[in-house]
Amino acid sequence: MPFLTLSNLTKSFGEFTAVKDMTLSIEKGEFISLLGPSGCGKTTTLQMIAGLLEPSAGRILLDGKDITKTPPNKRGLGIVFQSYALFPHMTALENVAFGLEMRGVGKAERVERAHKALQQVKLDQFTHRFPKEMSGGQRQRVALARALVIEPPVLLLDEPLSNLDAKLREDMRIELRLLQQDIGVTTILVTHDQEEALSMSDRIVVMKDGDIAQIAAPLDLYERPANTFVSDFVGKTNLISGTTTGPDSVTVDEEDLSLPGHGQPTGQTVTLSIRPEKFHLSSDQTGHEVQVRAAIFLGSSWLYRVESSMGDLFVTQPNTGMPGFGRGDKARISWPEGAMTLFSEAA
Amino acid sequence: MSSSSKTPYLMTGPGVLFFAALLGVPMLLTFLLSLHAYDFNTGVVPGWTLTNYVDVLGDSYFHKIFGRTFGLALLVTVICALIGAPEAYILSRLSNPWRSIFLLVVLGPLLISVVVRTLGWALFFGGKGVLTMVAQGLGFTDAPVSLMFTFTGMTIALVHVLVPFMVISVWASLQKIDPQSEDAALTLGASKFTVLRRITLPQAMPGILSGSIIVFALTASAFATPAIIGGRRMKVVATAAYDEYLSTLNWPLGATIAVLLLFANIVIIVSYNKLVERRFSKVFE
Repeated sequence: MPFLTLSNLTKSFGEFTAVKDMTLSIEKGEFISLLGPSGCGKTTTLQMIAGLLEPSAGRILLDGKDITKTPPNKRGLGIVFQSYALFPHMTALENVAFGLEMRGVGKAERVERAHKALQQVKLDQFTHRFPKEMSGGQRQRVALARALVIEPPVLLLDEPLSNLDAKLREDMRIELRLLQQDIGVTTILVTHDQEEALSMSDRIVVMKDGDIAQIAAPLDLYERPANTFVSDFVGKTNLISGTTTGPDSVTVDEEDLSLPGHGQPTGQTVTLSIRPEKFHLSSDQTGHEVQVRAAIFLGSSWLYRVESSMGDLFVTQPNTGMPGFGRGDKARISWPEGAMTLFSEAA
Repeated sequence: MSSSSKTPYLMTGPGVLFFAALLGVPMLLTFLLSLHAYDFNTGVVPGWTLTNYVDVLGDSYFHKIFGRTFGLALLVTVICALIGAPEAYILSRLSNPWRSIFLLVVLGPLLISVVVRTLGWALFFGGKGVLTMVAQGLGFTDAPVSLMFTFTGMTIALVHVLVPFMVISVWASLQKIDPQSEDAALTLGASKFTVLRRITLPQAMPGILSGSIIVFALTASAFATPAIIGGRRMKVVATAAYDEYLSTLNWPLGATIAVLLLFANIVIIVSYNKLVERRFSKVFE
C-alpha cells in the first residue's frame, strides 16, 4: 500500500482551476519531485498536502488515514518554505526547538535534539545566531533542521534551493539527497528547475496547467518523454517538424530519415525530438552537411548553433581539450536512430 | 573643492536655514529667557541666574504637574498600544475593499483639527452631554455625569487623538512579516493563538515600541486636549507653561517649565530608544 496518496485532488480559485483531478501514489522513503513552470499548480498541490490550502475536491491519505480535513498543526509534516520562513526573533537553536516545544518535549531533551539536528546540517557552530546574522545557505540549513527535527512522516520542500547561488545550490542538492537517503524520510520537492528534479528524485511528476504531464524516473523522463512539452521542459532539445513517408521513415524538409517502427500512419505531420548531446559533429564526410552559426565554450562542453537543411539545431559536444569548430565552419552532423523520439503532435 | 561636492550642502542649505531660523532660534531664546529672574513690578530682570530651575525643581506644585503629565503619557501610551496593536493586526488580516475602508476610518480623525475633535469630546463629556443623557436614560444615575476636568476625560480624549499613530506604526511592522513564518509555525504544531503570541506579536514588537515613542512624546507635550478637557483643574506641563506666560506673565518661569519638559522628554525617549535598539539590533533589519 502506498504511504501517501493523493486521490482526485482538485483546487479551484473561483473560475480558475489550479490543480485538476490529480491522483498520485507515493511510496515510503521515496523522493518525488513536482516539476513544472510557474503557475502549473505544483505549489498549490504542496500546500494542500501541508494543510495550508483546503482542496476543492479529492482526498489525501497518509499511511492509510484520511488527512484531508486535518488542520496543518495536527498533520505533523515537515516543511521547508521557499523564503525559509525562519522566525527572525529566535536563534537558530530556538527556531529548531520550536516544533519540539509545540509537541511538549521537555527543555533538556528539546535542546539536545535541536543541537543534534543542527549538527546533521553542519551548523553546530551557529546555534546562537539569529537568522539575520546568517548567510542564505545557513538559513536554508536551519529551515531544513527545523523541519526534520520533529521526525515528520513526510518532508515537503517548496523550491528550497532557488534562493541560493549556483555553486551552493549544486552542493546542497547532493547534501540534501544524501541526508534524505540516510534518514529515509518520504520527500516531496516542488521545483521549476529540471536539473534539480533530475539530480535528486526517485520519480518526477511533470505538471502543466494543473494536469500531470508525465510521471517517470529521471532517466526515463529524459530519454522517453511522453510529449513535446515534457521533452522541451526537461533538458534541452531540438523539436523538428516532419512528415511520415512510410512505416520506417520520416521526411524533414526533403531530407529522408530512417526511423524503424515509429507506428504512425503514413502522411502524418509529426515532431521529432533530438537532444543536443546526441548529435555527433565532425569534419569527416559522414552525415548531413551543416554550417556553424555560433560556438559557445561552456568549459566542460561546447554549445553550437548550426544551420542545417532541417532548420537551426542546438548541438552540444564534450570538450576533449582540442579546439572546437568556429563560427562559419562547415561540418557534418550525424546521430544514432535511437536518439530520435517521435511525437504525433505538431511542435 | 569641486562643485559636485558642494551640491549636497547647497541643496540642504535652505532647509537648514529654515529650521535654524524658525525652530533653533526660538528654542535658544526660550532657553536664554529661562536663565533670567522675574520681578512682578519690573518684569524680566537682567543678569543670569538659575533660580527659576531651583524654584520649579523644588516646588511640590510642579512635581505634581510633572508627575501627572508623565503618568498621563504612560497611561495613554499603554492604552494606545493595547487598542492600536490589535486594531492594526485585524486591519492587516482584512481583505480589500474592507481593509482600505477601515484604514480610512482609523486614519480619518487625523484629517480633523485636534481642537475640533477635542471640543467634540467636551460636548460628549459635559454635564449636559451625551454621556449624561445615556447614563440617565439607562437609569444608572440621576445626577449629571461629567468627565470634564478629570484625568479620565483627558486620557480618553488623548487616546482617541493618538491611537492612529500607533496603528500606522504597528501596521508598518506587520507588513514586513513573512506570512510564511506563520504558516511554518502552524505546520510545526502551534495553535493559531500560539502563532499570534509567539510568532506574530514578537515580530510586531518594533512597531509597537516605535509607536509608543511617538504617542508618549506627543502626549507629554500635548497642549490642546489637556487645555480643553483638563482645564485649570487638571494642569499638565504644557498648560502650566502656557499659564505662566499668559496669565501670570512670568515668562522666564514659563520658559523654564518648557525647557524642563523638553529635556525630560528627550532623556526618556533617547534612553528608551537605546534600550529598544540594544534589544532588537541583532534580530531585525
